Order: sequence, then structure tokens, then C-alpha cells
Amino acid sequence: MASKKQTQSTAVETKTGSQVLVDTLVEQGVDTLFGYLGGVVLPFFDKLYDSPIRVVIPRHEQGGCHMADAYARSTGKVGVVVATSGPGATNLTTGLATAMMDSVPLVALTCQVRTDLIGNDAFQAADTAGITRPITKHNVIVKDPNDLARTIREAFYIAATGRPGPVLVDIPVDMQIAQIPVTPAAPIELPGYRIRDRGHARQIASAAEAINASQRPVLYVGGGVISGNASEALRLFAKKANIPVTMTLLGLGAYDQNEPGSLDMLGMHGTAYANFAVQECDLLISVGARFDDRVTGKIQTFAPHAKIIHIDLDPASIAKNIAVDIPVVGNAKQVLADLAEKAEHRPRKEWFDRIADWKKRHPLRYDTKTDTIKPQYVIEEIWRQTKGRAIIVTGVGQHQMWTAQFYKFNKPRQFITSGGLGTMGFGLPAAIGAQVANPDALVVDIDGDSSFNMTLTEISTAVMYNLPVKVCILNNGCMGMVRQWQELFYGRRYSCSSLENPDFARIAEAFGAVGVRADKKQEVPEVITAMLAEKRPCVVDFHVDPEENVWPMVPAGKSLHEMDGLDIFEMA
Amino acid sequence: MKHILSALVLNKPGVLAHVAGMFAARAFNIDSLAVGRTDDPTLSRMTIVVVGDDRVVEQVRKQLAKLVSIVKVQDFAGQDMVARDLMLISIACPAEKRPEILALVEMFQAKVVDIGSKFVMVEVSGPENKVEAFIEACRQYGIKNMVRTGTVAMARQTQARTEGIADNSK
Ligand SMILES: Cc1ncc(C[n+]2csc(CCOP(=O)(O)OP(=O)(O)O)c2C)c(N)n1
Ligand SMILES: [Mg+2]
Repeated sequence: MASKKQTQSTAVETKTGSQVLVDTLVEQGVDTLFGYLGGVVLPFFDKLYDSPIRVVIPRHEQGGCHMADAYARSTGKVGVVVATSGPGATNLTTGLATAMMDSVPLVALTCQVRTDLIGNDAFQAADTAGITRPITKHNVIVKDPNDLARTIREAFYIAATGRPGPVLVDIPVDMQIAQIPVTPAAPIELPGYRIRDRGHARQIASAAEAINASQRPVLYVGGGVISGNASEALRLFAKKANIPVTMTLLGLGAYDQNEPGSLDMLGMHGTAYANFAVQECDLLISVGARFDDRVTGKIQTFAPHAKIIHIDLDPASIAKNIAVDIPVVGNAKQVLADLAEKAEHRPRKEWFDRIADWKKRHPLRYDTKTDTIKPQYVIEEIWRQTKGRAIIVTGVGQHQMWTAQFYKFNKPRQFITSGGLGTMGFGLPAAIGAQVANPDALVVDIDGDSSFNMTLTEISTAVMYNLPVKVCILNNGCMGMVRQWQELFYGRRYSCSSLENPDFARIAEAFGAVGVRADKKQEVPEVITAMLAEKRPCVVDFHVDPEENVWPMVPAGKSLHEMDGLDIFEMA
Repeated sequence: MKHILSALVLNKPGVLAHVAGMFAARAFNIDSLAVGRTDDPTLSRMTIVVVGDDRVVEQVRKQLAKLVSIVKVQDFAGQDMVARDLMLISIACPAEKRPEILALVEMFQAKVVDIGSKFVMVEVSGPENKVEAFIEACRQYGIKNMVRTGTVAMARQTQARTEGIADNSK
């Protein structure tokens, strides 16, 4: 409507679509984007050339998407990635699916062939909207240049609000070239998109009642607490109500693990004390978590004695995997604050004594007496030397689980990992994205050799932009997590799970980064010290014990308390 | 159990793909789907029939509601509503069978819309079970062709029944 009024006036200011795109990004507060060129995205890049937006060019669009993802996870801002049509867009898919599963606010702008060529199998055409529909929170193709600015604004709004997620806007090249009248921004109107911020008062009241009545409560918190900036509210609530806290992989950092009330991570490779506490609790308060199968084990016997309160922003998340007694739909920060007001302090001495006993009997452990480098030792040493304050990024596999177990996180947005999709190759590009967003922070990628192999080409990006990321490869010469499953469940038949690796240190050097190799346990502390002092991107290849397994472990399909590996040291 | 979901959706390209894609990705089955315009040109109405236990259908409803292009979703389960299907059916009909078949058409309050020397095409609308009963009744003559729409439904405004025939479409 506004545009009609404008066109009636005589002197209408017009701009090209590509300029409108850039201007709208600036208006949305975008300072950095990760983008890769191609034919149909040229008009947009031409306008970026004169814009204040910093462009980081990845070496592969997947890398660019993970960078934007980690930029978002580490700051809470919306990450932006740009790719050309066809192969550029299809290269984004792994990154989009990763962001989707972990609810990361991302705007992906893909360019598309001319509108009149769509559907004719034109050069570098792909049905990007069709391909990315199930791996985005929302996606649209712009068919009218007058819709450009509004569509971009909506994309940012949808990506960042509610349960965050990636939004893709597909922009045919003719939309970028078109001259369009400049119109003032209209308020966003999305009749199909509503967010419930405040929990229902009656639900909050019954939740508070259950909490005050509980003898053995456990808070089970996930990534929603971090993305909802609810860590402080969680801390206050847990303290006031006196409730121990366990976290999912994505929830790590939501609650300070140095606090005595922290049960650390639960689930398949969670701590024994977290898993036992969940199995014995009489009230489970889930906040921003989704009862994923890696967390619950056999769902029928998950938290069998507990009443369940499920607090989540996404109504579809509630009662999806498990029957819930008290659902509360709302923003974690607000709901926790409301609950804190109503919660009363209970001593729960028996419960805390029981937890302390589990903690004493089943701490996380590994064999510290061997000559080989144990991967857990490297992580502990990184933790010690970074004083627990680095931004830690990982690939996917055993090293990821050990990092979750042995690095003690104390603040939100400190741990960046692909949880839901489990994307190998996430580590290095994510470290780059986090470093771009946090130039003064210490960013350490604790990676696996096979994971690192998938995207190591991005070292080149780190070198080009002088990003002092630190990559610590826990090199066991194999796909360790796969090897562990083959050892335990496939009669030690190690089918196709080891690779011949290149010399990672020399690769790093060839890229212009620092490359170091460590084989001996005694070297570990000094190598880490040197790495942390390094101003250039640095890759350290730790040759670790190839036989080490992640313990404890709840085998797939078992109940949470049926953990293997608790007595591994007693047996040795 | 069969549930009829009624969704008000934005009348925009790609919306049907979003809905269909969500059903496929989450392994939900659609029994029938009817889409049509509403009095508001910016909105369409989708009537979706799904079969599943209450938990599954509740998930379907929530996942539908979550789609940005869906404005509102309503599950008619347990509600007083009118649900109708429409069918065109062509029945083999030699001259000597005509009276019999026309009597059947009358009985079902159906309508003859085309007629030839060997067939008759009939329009039947009503609750799904009525449409199904008509198909059964026609089998003995031979069904040459048939086409059905998905169910459309609307909640009743009043408790009083306005029709003679009891609505047992549920
Ligand atoms: C892209 C991708 N392909 C395959 C897998 C399956 N997978 C999970 S862990 C793993 C092995 C990872 O090996 P590595 O990176 O060396 O880590 P490690 O377990 O040895 O620490 C594989 C192949 C995956 N998660 N992601
Ligand atoms: Mg490995």
C-alpha cells in the first residue's frame, strides 16, 4: 500500500534491487557476512563492494554457512551467508540442516537464475527453495522486486525470534537488477507467525507447586536456555529453589559447571551422576530441551519416577517425544523468572547427599598413568591453560564427547558444536566464524582427524583474514566414534573406519599457518602454551591413543542408568 | 482415529509445498486434502483429513501451526461440524437398468449430470460414508470412472440441526 502512494508522487527515488538488498542488510545491523561469488550474485557483490559490510570469503559454501552459524551462536546475532545459484546453493545444505537442528538464527541469501528461466533447466539453476524447505525454518523465493526489502526484514525477524532457525531467501538475478521505488519500511505483518513469550499463569502456578513439593528435583536444560539468553535467570532460579542442573550437549555453558549444583552433561555419554539423578528424580524440569534420543536413551524408562515439567518456546516441541505433566509454552528467561518468584527454598539434604555420593563414586575418569597421549588429558590441559575461558568448537565424534566431558564451561555461548545433526567438518569453519565475531577471544577448535579432513581447506580462509584460531586435532588415525561402535557392537570388525591421514602440520604450514605435531605426553603442556601464545592460525596435531573409548556409555536403546564403562578402572 | 483439520493459510505460492513437505518429512499420512479460496483473497482454506492416534494428530496440528504460511489450524475432533465429500461417478447403464439406477440416484439425493446410451454420470455429495455407500450400491452395475474431492468441513454455529438427515460423518 505504501508503495502505491509513493508511485503516485512525481519524483520517486528508485534503486536497484541489489542496492536495496545491501541497504536492508545494513539496516538490519549486519556488519559481516560470509559469501561466495557466482554469476547470478554479481549484481549484489558489486553493491557490497562499496558497503560497510565486511565480507568473509570461505573456500566452500558449506564452510561459509558454518561460519555464519558460529558467528550467530557465539554472539546471539543473526548470521548471514550468501551463495550463488545451483551448486552454490546446494553446497549450503549441510550448513543449513546443521543450523536448523540446533535452532541457530541464520539468514541465507541465495541467488537464482532469471525468473523467466526458472523451470527450464537453465545453467546453474536448482530448485533451491524446494531443496531447502525441510532444512530451514522458512524459505521464500522473491518474485517481485518490490517485495525484496520486506522479505529480507521478515527473514531476519523469523530467524531471530521464537525458536530461532535458518531462513533462506532465494533471489532471481532480475530482482537484483530491477529499478525499484524506495519505500519506507512498513511494520512486519506475519499473520501465520506468532510467538508466545509468557507462560500461562495457571501452568506456571502448577509448575511452582510441583517444584515446591518435590523432594528430588532435577533441572534438565538445553540449548534453548542459551539462545533465549536465560542463563542468569536459570542460575537465580536453581539457586533459590535449590535444584541441581544437568545440561544437554547444546546446553553446556548454560549453567556454570564449577558450581556444586552442576551435574554436567546427561545422556548417552553423560556423567553417571547426571544419568542416575534423572532416573531417580521425582520431578524433571526441562527448559529449552527436546528429549532427543541421545539424551533419553530408551524413552519408555526415561525418568521413570518423575513428574515432568516441560518449558519450551516451541509448542510443537512439547509432548513430541514424551508425555508431559505440566507443559509451559513460553520464553525460558521469562518463565524461569516467574518460577523463581514462586519457588521456595528447600534444603533437600538427602537428595544432595545422594548426588554427592554418585559424584564421588563415579567421577569422569581416564587412565592418567599411560605413556601415550590420552585425548582427555589434552582437553584438560587446554581447559587448565585457557582458565576455562576459551570459546571451544568441535568436530563430531569421540573428541566432541570428551570435550563436552572434560572442558568445564562456565558461561553461555562458550561451547559451539553440532549437536542435532552431528556434522563432521563443522569445527574449523565454526572456529573461524566465532573468531570473526569475537576478534579478541581465544577460539580453540578441538577436532577429530576425520572431521578435520572434511573442511580443512578453510585454513586458507583463517590465514587470509589473519584469524588466530587454534586447531587441536585429537588424531587417533581413525573415525574413533565409529571404531568404538564397531568394537562394541560389531565384533571388532573395523570395516572402513580408518583413513590414511596427511601430515596435518605440514598441510597447515603449506597454507601459511603454523603447524605442530605432538607425539609425547610430556610435550603436551608446552605445545599448548606455545599454541595459545601464537598470533597466527595454528594447527596442532596430537597423536593420541587410538584405542581410547568414550565412557560412560548408554548403548542405543538402553535406559539411562544402564551405563557401560563405569567400572572400567576397577577392572583394569 | 480420523481427524479433520481445517487450516487457514496464506494464499501464496509454495504454501502447499510447505504443507506437503512437512507431512512427508515427519512421516505423517494425509488421508485427503482439499484446498480452496476463501472470501478473503489473501487466504486459502485447507481441509486435511489425517488418521492417527490423538498424540500423532496433535503433533500434526502443532507442526502445521508452526509453518509461517499457516495462519490458523483447527482440529474438528469432538466438535459438532458438517463434513462433506463430492464425487462424480460414471456408472455403466444400459437402457434396461436406467430406472433402477435413477431410483438409486434419487434415494441418495444425488444428481444425474450426464447421460448416454451406455452410462450415466452422477454427482453425489454428502458425508463420506454416504458417498462410500453410493459407490457400493453402484458396484453391481459396473463403475466406469470416478473422481472424489477431499473432505471439506465447517463447525456448526448452532447446536440445532438444520438438516433432516443426521450427520454421522464422524
Ligand atoms: C558428515 C558426517 N559424515 C559421517 C558421520 C558419521 N560419523 C560420526 S562420528 C564419525 C567419526 C569421526 O571421526 P573423527 O573426526 O576422527 O573423530 P573421533 O571420533 O576419532 O574423535 C563418523 C564417520 C558424521 N557424523 N558426519
Ligand atoms: Mg579420529
